[in-house]
Amino acid sequence: MTTSEQAPGGTRPTGGGSDDARAEEAAAWARMDQPSGRWMLPGACPDARERTLVLEAAARLLFPVVLVFSVFLLLEGHYGPGGGFSGGLVAGLAFVLRHIAGGDDNLGSRFRIRPPVVVGTGLIIAVLTALAPAVFGEPVLSSVKWTITFGPFGHLDVVSSLLLDVGVYLLIIGVVLDLLRSLGSGIARDAREAGEDVAGPGGAR
Amino acid sequence: MLAVVAAHLVLALCLPALARYHRRVAFGAGAALLAGTLVWAAVQAPVALGPGLSDHLAWAPELGLSLSLRMDGLALAMIVLVSGVGALIMIYAAWYFGPRSTDAARSAALLVAFAGMMLGLVLADDLLTLYVFWELTSLTSFLLVGQGGQYRENRRAAVQALVVTVFGGLAMLLGIVLLGQLAGTYSIPELTAAATAGTLAPDRPVALGVALVLILLGALTKSAQLPFHPWLPYAMAAPTPISAYLHAASMVKAGVVLVARLGPAFAAQPVWWVPVMVLGLATMVVGGWRAMRQTDLKRLLAFGTVSQLGFLMVLFGAGTRVAALAGIAMLLAHGLFKAPLFMVVGAIDKACGTRDLRELCGLGRRRRGLAVVATLAGLSMAGLPPMLGFVGKEAAFEAFVLEGGVRGWVTATGLVAGSLLTVAYTARFLWGAFSTKGLHPTGGDPVPLGLSGPAWLCALTGIAAGIAAPLVQEIAASYAAPLPPAGDAYAARYELALWHEPGLPLLFTAVALAGGLALHHWGRALTGHAPVGHLSAQRGYEAVVTGLERTAITVTGRLQIGSLPVYLGCILATLIALPGPVLALTGTVPTDQLPYHSIMQVPVGLMVVVAAIALCLAHRRFTAVLLVGAVGYGIGGLFVIDGAPDLALAQFLVETLTLVAFVFVLRRLPAHFDEPDTERRVRAPKAAVAAVGGVLVAGTAVVLSGARTLPPATTGPFIAGAPEAGATNLISAILVDFRALDTVGEITVLLICAAGTASLVLATRYDKRKGGTVVSSGSGSPQHEEEVLG
Repeated sequence: MTTSEQAPGGTRPTGGGSDDARAEEAAAWARMDQPSGRWMLPGACPDARERTLVLEAAARLLFPVVLVFSVFLLLEGHYGPGGGFSGGLVAGLAFVLRHIAGGDDNLGSRFRIRPPVVVGTGLIIAVLTALAPAVFGEPVLSSVKWTITFGPFGHLDVVSSLLLDVGVYLLIIGVVLDLLRSLGSGIARDAREAGEDVAGPGGAR
Repeated sequence: MLAVVAAHLVLALCLPALARYHRRVAFGAGAALLAGTLVWAAVQAPVALGPGLSDHLAWAPELGLSLSLRMDGLALAMIVLVSGVGALIMIYAAWYFGPRSTDAARSAALLVAFAGMMLGLVLADDLLTLYVFWELTSLTSFLLVGQGGQYRENRRAAVQALVVTVFGGLAMLLGIVLLGQLAGTYSIPELTAAATAGTLAPDRPVALGVALVLILLGALTKSAQLPFHPWLPYAMAAPTPISAYLHAASMVKAGVVLVARLGPAFAAQPVWWVPVMVLGLATMVVGGWRAMRQTDLKRLLAFGTVSQLGFLMVLFGAGTRVAALAGIAMLLAHGLFKAPLFMVVGAIDKACGTRDLRELCGLGRRRRGLAVVATLAGLSMAGLPPMLGFVGKEAAFEAFVLEGGVRGWVTATGLVAGSLLTVAYTARFLWGAFSTKGLHPTGGDPVPLGLSGPAWLCALTGIAAGIAAPLVQEIAASYAAPLPPAGDAYAARYELALWHEPGLPLLFTAVALAGGLALHHWGRALTGHAPVGHLSAQRGYEAVVTGLERTAITVTGRLQIGSLPVYLGCILATLIALPGPVLALTGTVPTDQLPYHSIMQVPVGLMVVVAAIALCLAHRRFTAVLLVGAVGYGIGGLFVIDGAPDLALAQFLVETLTLVAFVFVLRRLPAHFDEPDTERRVRAPKAAVAAVGGVLVAGTAVVLSGARTLPPATTGPFIAGAPEAGATNLISAILVDFRALDTVGEITVLLICAAGTASLVLATRYDKRKGGTVVSSGSGSPQHEEEVLG
């Protein structure tokens, strides 16, 4: 989106010299939570009429948080509700949110993600994790547990089957992205080319 | 042994990168590995020929699945071909593929991978291990024949080879499973022991017969036996090194190897030897006859290979000691003479730009070296001394003369006829390639040593092996030892040698030689360029394939009519018709069902019911979608109440995603459900089917939940095992450890669904954009392919 590339409001230098310092401070303050990683930005929206500012702002704020939460779910899965499937779905929903807020088929415009590659990587990780024990002479799909002790902070169990979960996680994200690509932007572009009036990805008819 | 097989695959993975750096280095690395394998096998030979050398890797011990390999005499003979001849062909390929060839890198990697698969196949000591490698060789062969897929001819040939061999392979899998269930083991030595002791399913001869016939189907298709042979000549569309390796030295011998492997166990059964020997003899004669009528030198050799494979089938199918000795000798001889002949054809093709014998002229004088090496190999093919081919053919004649009886004499006569044709097409090959026919002389470019050298080495090995026949005898005897010597005492002590007492076999050789030369000399009018008759196996194949396609189109056209209500109706009707009556007749409704376990279930359950009823009354699609969501969330709520947070979490997330997907699709659908008059008439039947289906599913759930007879699996020891699997959360332990195979399977299904959705949605876009022109599947534009691939 275009606004994110301009300086946020209030940064235009004003005429008064004594105001400069205050303006600088205000600018620094305004930039404080400006997204530094471009990959966090929602994609550009080709048609300004389809934008909803509240949703865009919310998406920008929520997207990284939800992604972190999804990783938490992935790791938490071994102790409580969660796991690769749920984590992947949550991460996928983060992308859905970004898609609805920002954009048509520019889902990957900032940071190009090819859904088939993500799906394939997930499956490869899962299958390799499944086969790896065979190299060490163990039956396929068996898992190993390592315990790391952190002195007074307790200990952490790391299980090799976590990798299988990581594979599931990536695969689910890829499936959701693929869904967005085909049903989301694919259908919208299709309709636009057919000359039909179709609401933006977020709007209902 | 497993490490050697794995080394091939690892190197194959590295080769594309290496080939980008230097093409010949890549082929050289492959040749080095193959040569190393041969040396390794030679070092192990004393053990292999004695007690045998085994290697074993448990795969899934609970299911009795394992990778087990064993090196014995038969495997050793095949390793000579797979690794020894393979190494020479890799060197040949380094010079065959041009410096700018785009096929070189892929071919190098695939050839090495293929060598690994083939090694696994010949070493396999377990029918399932054998099957896995068997299909892998079919797949690599498909890729190697198809090449880059630019040429229609290559694609067709590759598809035909794949369809025929995989059809056989699947039949074989059925046979293997049947045999394994009958015998209770998949291990080949155990099967052989049981079969020779007569304890292999003595009370179920029919099932055993069916299993054997199915297994034979795999062997016959893979080794291009009548009537499945046409794929092999068509596969000559592949580059020559690939034809020389796959379609002469190694892959096509897989069927022969299978017959040889199981021969000691089943050769006494008529259901085994009758098809093998009858089809083998017929293939030998028909292949030789067809070879006589080819004008393309490579196709001539291909039909020659078909003929020789028939010969090998006869020898290994007979199941007698001398025939087995002859079989091993011919197996080696065929690889050692057919590979150099292919290499010579490739060199001629490179030097002259043609391999049509009507156009070649005067090559014998201009390229004397090629002519000599081809003659040396040809002499072995025709079965003349002092070549290994002669040793093998003598032994073959001797085997059936010694055996006597109807079978022995009929087979011997057939073999003489086949050998006669072999001599004739050998003469035709040498005449066609090298004679001066009074045309414009061809053949300008000199042949590099990289192309002629491997052919020389191969052909000279053929002579050396003929002279060193006792060495071959060592290998062959190790295989033939357990087989019964049919005939007199001489049959029990017969040994492969260059010279035996003159007798009937030598007379047969003389008859074949004289007849073959005469047929070549005078019979050209007879065998000339006559069109193929109506009874053609290729036509049969084409008829079957087009018939299948037509049936598929008809059936699809009838079933896939594009109406969602009809699809759902079919599914529900099947559900009602099949499990419905069973459930109604045999199901017992459990008596201990409570109305509810927790009071919270009542409001949530009511909400689900209300939402479902409202769903039926909805007029707008958007309302309907929201109500579907409400039902889903309600069920998630029931999961929470029942204490299944994992399930509930997944249910909520999936429900949300479904809702989003629905909303996306809704943009392209009308806002209201429209109801034409025709729809109104079928409303009552639709409602009835839906209601019965719903009641049936609900009833099934209730009945099945009460049908438990064993204690649930999730008890004491199972739950105690969960922390051991690294997860204190039992659900996760089940998903990633106890039932991890299911998880892998499920995510694979998801992958297929995602790929399918993307292809369907994006494919229709481009098909539409082309303005209504008919676009068959798989012929998308480059943009479309790019889109689908992301």
